[in-house]
Amino acid sequence: MPRPLAPIPNTQRVLLGVSFFVLFVACWALATLGGFVSKIFLADPITMVQNGWELLTKFGFARDIGMTVWRVVGGFTLAALVAVPLGILMGAYKPVEAFFEPFVSFARYLPASAFIPLLILWAGLGETQKLLVIFIGSVFQIVLMVAVAVGATRRDLVEAAYTLGAGDQGVVRRVLIPANAPEIAEILRLVLGWAWTYVIVAELIGSSEGIGHMIIESQSLMATGQIIFGIIVIGLIGLISDFLFKALNRGLFPWRLA
Amino acid sequence: MKSGSLSIEAVSRVFPGVHGGAPTRALEPTTLSVAPNDFITILGPSGCGKSTLLRIVAGLDSPTSGRVLLDGRAVTRPGADRGMVFQSYTLFPWLNVFENIAFGLNERGVPEAERNAIVESYVDKVGLRGFERHWPKQLSGGMQQRTAIARALANDPEILLLDEPFGALDNQTRSLMQELLLGIWERERKTVLFVTHDIEEAIFMASRVLVMSARPGRIKADIAVDLPYPRHYTVKTTPEFSALKARLTEEIRAEAVLAATEH
Ligand SMILES: Nc1ncnc2c1ncn2[C@@H]1O[C@H](COP(=O)(O)OP(=O)(O)OP(=O)(O)O)[C@@H](O)[C@H]1O
Ligand SMILES: [Mg+2]
Repeated sequence: MPRPLAPIPNTQRVLLGVSFFVLFVACWALATLGGFVSKIFLADPITMVQNGWELLTKFGFARDIGMTVWRVVGGFTLAALVAVPLGILMGAYKPVEAFFEPFVSFARYLPASAFIPLLILWAGLGETQKLLVIFIGSVFQIVLMVAVAVGATRRDLVEAAYTLGAGDQGVVRRVLIPANAPEIAEILRLVLGWAWTYVIVAELIGSSEGIGHMIIESQSLMATGQIIFGIIVIGLIGLISDFLFKALNRGLFPWRLA
Repeated sequence: MKSGSLSIEAVSRVFPGVHGGAPTRALEPTTLSVAPNDFITILGPSGCGKSTLLRIVAGLDSPTSGRVLLDGRAVTRPGADRGMVFQSYTLFPWLNVFENIAFGLNERGVPEAERNAIVESYVDKVGLRGFERHWPKQLSGGMQQRTAIARALANDPEILLLDEPFGALDNQTRSLMQELLLGIWERERKTVLFVTHDIEEAIFMASRVLVMSARPGRIKADIAVDLPYPRHYTVKTTPEFSALKARLTEEIRAEAVLAATEH
């Protein structure tokens, strides 16, 4: 048995990670190809790959993927541009926090998907509405988490900066922000994952493009292979964006790993 | 005018009670005047208010009564004229050694060429040549405290406040650090307040040793150390040194007994 917290070699880590995927697909194949689950409810892996290939080559699914990615990135970027500065201000200045925190805490629990009918009423079925769903779903989460992170900055570092002649603004710019930058990046990575779930919900309702739209179309055709392919594509994109985010963080914050 | 004269006038600090308990009298009204270039060490049992006193001088905490004057001006908030080295490690983890030492200079907008020259000179003075690009995490405890001392000194404060900076170091490293700090002080002549638990350390560096009583803290003895500067570590084996040490040991012991029986 491994010891608690003891690190493992890189190759072993990758191998273990891949082996669970293999195990998962194997169970799925056994259940479907072995005839334990009806094809109507769950397509087998081979059909799924074939359907996926058709989607990509014949039905222009790549464009749907592009659409969905752009919606997520667009809505999420807008949310981050508003939320990160506000979160930093709230963490740094207690009156700002006292002003916004109760409302943001309340707004955080408003389900973004429940806003979809309202947003359709206000913004129509276009891109604005999709971006707004993701924006609403992400912005309050980011604000609150960033504010908590900044508020928990080590006090002794702040005090050290003051004794070195830093002013109040200097402390915000040169201590609170750099000290929490890795944590903020981590928060963004986490919330980006949630943004993916909002975009699909937004696309399930009143959309003519996107992965979510394809999934709802496939449902009416009982094409479970296509649905599963769509879901797996989302998972893969999530995995890739996660990986990129982590690599970026490693590059930006080498002091964290030293 | 040579600056760095500190005057502590009837400064006291009472912390409000925790969970409805009785308030803590951390510091009894304390009066003290420190001449420019004095090297003062403060000895006292744990919890007697040494850190509290230093934090008030730094402007990080406010006294319940009394006031602190530096060169005649009242201290109300922290500033670059009072450099501090903390009891805990407080290097900025996202800055390397060079950037940490440059922090105060950057904050004051010192031109780059001048700033780099100052930082380089302190890198040499604290013996960290070759480690300028290391992150704090990659340094030993002693190296981190040396960087912290360089960071405070590079800012050219009028008075340097050190709160048990060598507390976590082994004896050998600690001796070397004392010589290093003393060497820098002998060359640059700054007013220094240095808190420590170590009697030898207190005598070796100080021109004046203050002994604080157990809580509530007050200054119980104020002893001049007349050993000539520059001091070599061999001074620790002289009879004068031993006599001072014996005397201080007595003073401290009485307080330690008091502090221990109080709890
Ligand atoms: N922020 C605070 N709130 C309440 N009580 C405090 C606070 N800071 C210090 N105290 C109390 O004041 C007293 C003196 O604390 P201080 O940190 O000054 O001691 P010290 O002499 O530096 O001790 P040590 O040698 O262990 O560092 C202690 O009894 C402590 O409990
Ligand atoms: Mg202390």
